[in-house]
Amino acid sequence: MISMARKTVLREPDGFLKVYKHKPGAEKNRTHYCPGCGHGILHKLIAEALEDLDIVDDTIMMSPVGCSVFVYYYFDTGHFQVAHGRAPAVATAVSRANPDSVVISYQGDGDLAAIGGNNILQAANRGENIVVFFVNNAIYGMTGGQMAPTTLPGQKTTTTPYGRDPKTDGYPIKVSELISQLTAPVYVTRTSLHDAANTRKTRAAVRKALQNTRDKKGFSFVEVLCMCPTQWKTKPIDGPQWIIDNMLDVFPLGVYKDITEDAPLTVRPTPVHDSDSVKKALDYKESKAELTRLDVPELFRKTSLRVSGFGGQGIMSTGIALAHLGMEYGYNVSWLPSYGPEMRGGTANCSVKIQDGSIGASEATEPNIIIAMNQPSLEKFEKIMQTGGALLYNSTLIDIEPSRDDVKVYPVPITGMADELGDTRVQSMVSVGAFAAITGLFDPAEINRLMPGLFAGKPEKVIKMNEKAIMAGYNYVKEHFSS
Amino acid sequence: MARKLMKGNHASIYGALLAGCEAYYGYPITPASEIAEAASTYFPKLGRTFLQAESEVAAMNMVYGAAGCGLRVMTASSGPGISLKQEAISYAAGAELPCVIVDIVRGGPGLGNIGPEQSDYNQVVKGGGHGNYRCLVLAPASCQEMCDLTMLAFELSDRYRLPAYVLSDGVIGQMMEAVELPEPVMEFPDKSDWAVKGTSDSKNLINSIYLDHDELEEWNRHLQDKYREIARNEVRVEEYMLEDAEYVAIGYGCASRVIRSVVDLARAKGIKLGMLRPITLFPFPTKVIASLPDRGVKGILTVEMSNGQLVDDVNLALCGKMKSDFYGRMGGNVPSEMEILEKISQLYGV
Repeated sequence: MISMARKTVLREPDGFLKVYKHKPGAEKNRTHYCPGCGHGILHKLIAEALEDLDIVDDTIMMSPVGCSVFVYYYFDTGHFQVAHGRAPAVATAVSRANPDSVVISYQGDGDLAAIGGNNILQAANRGENIVVFFVNNAIYGMTGGQMAPTTLPGQKTTTTPYGRDPKTDGYPIKVSELISQLTAPVYVTRTSLHDAANTRKTRAAVRKALQNTRDKKGFSFVEVLCMCPTQWKTKPIDGPQWIIDNMLDVFPLGVYKDITEDAPLTVRPTPVHDSDSVKKALDYKESKAELTRLDVPELFRKTSLRVSGFGGQGIMSTGIALAHLGMEYGYNVSWLPSYGPEMRGGTANCSVKIQDGSIGASEATEPNIIIAMNQPSLEKFEKIMQTGGALLYNSTLIDIEPSRDDVKVYPVPITGMADELGDTRVQSMVSVGAFAAITGLFDPAEINRLMPGLFAGKPEKVIKMNEKAIMAGYNYVKEHFSS
Repeated sequence: MARKLMKGNHASIYGALLAGCEAYYGYPITPASEIAEAASTYFPKLGRTFLQAESEVAAMNMVYGAAGCGLRVMTASSGPGISLKQEAISYAAGAELPCVIVDIVRGGPGLGNIGPEQSDYNQVVKGGGHGNYRCLVLAPASCQEMCDLTMLAFELSDRYRLPAYVLSDGVIGQMMEAVELPEPVMEFPDKSDWAVKGTSDSKNLINSIYLDHDELEEWNRHLQDKYREIARNEVRVEEYMLEDAEYVAIGYGCASRVIRSVVDLARAKGIKLGMLRPITLFPFPTKVIASLPDRGVKGILTVEMSNGQLVDDVNLALCGKMKSDFYGRMGGNVPSEMEILEKISQLYGV
């Protein structure tokens, strides 16, 4: 019955709006396209297919920049007008946001193959569940007949007035051939609108591509050779012949890829918003009661620390551990790394501040304590120390004496002690223990109680060794230096 | 109350997820990459979308697409990446799409370096891309605010339907502080009258094209009305020791943290210095700055990690009522307490 209705009734398909409400001016039932333009034919093929596949309401269309910028005038669907070349990027997000919708990216050759060249390749390569209709008419229509990436060798345009010279302007880009080389795309074809037989093939390709998207089969791409008599400077009626004479050799028609049958279905996640799930995902843990503060000497009630050494000496984790402990004792804390290339080898340093009251600058520009794990660190950071501060250095690796005589010096064989414990990596916790002994900020027993939190997910053996390292660092300072 | 020690960059993703953000589209760049990394870790756990785009240009256009579908959506980058995003930010402003952009500013111009600067002020606060538009701009000065102001950015962006920035810098992004985690937001605004959902009742048009000159002018007037409404309602500042201040230092973000320390140092020396920190850069706290001369303030010093971008707005606010001064560092250098204090002593003879 349906097929009979289609045969006998000449009417606009339901894919079109009955009145072009978004079109300015009085003419709400005519398109803005020129006589002989191919866009109208392709629009109609799409609109009919939307109706026949019963997906008019599910469809969201991208109006690109170019002659089809006003796609949204005509189709009874949701619409995005998008920036030049970006339709595949916008369509990606629209499809991800509405996985059950049919998202169409309708683009011309300048939009898709020039300014948006990367966007189309990447969307195709991700296998986005969208359909792309690529109108190739070998010229820029809307802007007035300039060279397109698909302009033919020798073709005169307003920016190739002497004809496109491949030596300076390159060759026509064969987009279907390119896209078909990628793994993800499901269906890639090039058709033409230059006669009835090829228009019928285009009709079938449009339907197949839309069906693929409806069925969540992934990325489908239909390139359509299309008439632009206005910019080709031909009569409307001569447009089809221009395609035959100029385009078919350069842009061979045919199916370039079709793995529709075997295409895996696109599955997208459903966002979860309930409060408990969000808190669980973000690892919410109620804060424990703050630890009882120790009697901290005046100097370290406002601790400003620099930790420095080779990359790999655990410099950052020493700083983070100390900031974490400060937080657990109810202090305001900050930790600031030297970031970027320095993190990836060479020297590393970080600043830690532990104090009551708000912390201003987070960089310890005048530290009252430094932990220098290697010689360059000692040389660099002893210079900026506050008078009366504490200089803790790794005497295993540093065999020079500090030059400052107005600070209290704590040579501790940090690396050596870690090695004795059986793992150089625990040198970080040796320095944490030494820091606790020097500053009086933290009780080593409490640090050990917090260890499982600091080393979440680490084996019991590792935690135990780090506990020993903390005690070793703490006791060394207590035994060797007067407070 | 749950509390965590975390980087500012991570805190912004916590804030986003707590605000119900459903999609993150981004591209890696130092010193903002931890934001994309955190998003890639946490978004999938909650069925939300994380996608590493092919470029900053594409990422922001994806934000445009998701925002037009009514999602809470974000991206993050740093100077060079923000420059690339400007195209789609203009489109989002023109189409009145809410979205959040986090900018962890680094040194420029060009490739510059990855140190902290505040030199994106002009391109972020003044609109940045083409056309007559503004974005809402919030400037956090701590990791806590990276979380809180990201949440607020989503709320205000939805309320006024415009892109909202969280404008920060390499220091705030990279540093760690304790962050108290708020409760997740559970109520979201209804966007059904304009969002596109691929259903029969959401055949809306997301668009910024108006061919008729008068129509486009009218649309622009509508946008300007909205910006004025935001300026009336949403100015936020932090004042520190401003009540009796004879001298005022103005700065935002990282610079304001140093200023706060300088205020303490100055007060200890008997200098009546106060701080005014804009939390919103658009809307700009014009009124409170304009009132400073009438409050007996003798000197105003703007401190920036840029070449004098904020100070332009301070002087516009002062409108010639009094001369103001400027101290800036660039190249990734953060001004120290002592150099600011010396500048104040030298300028005002205190």
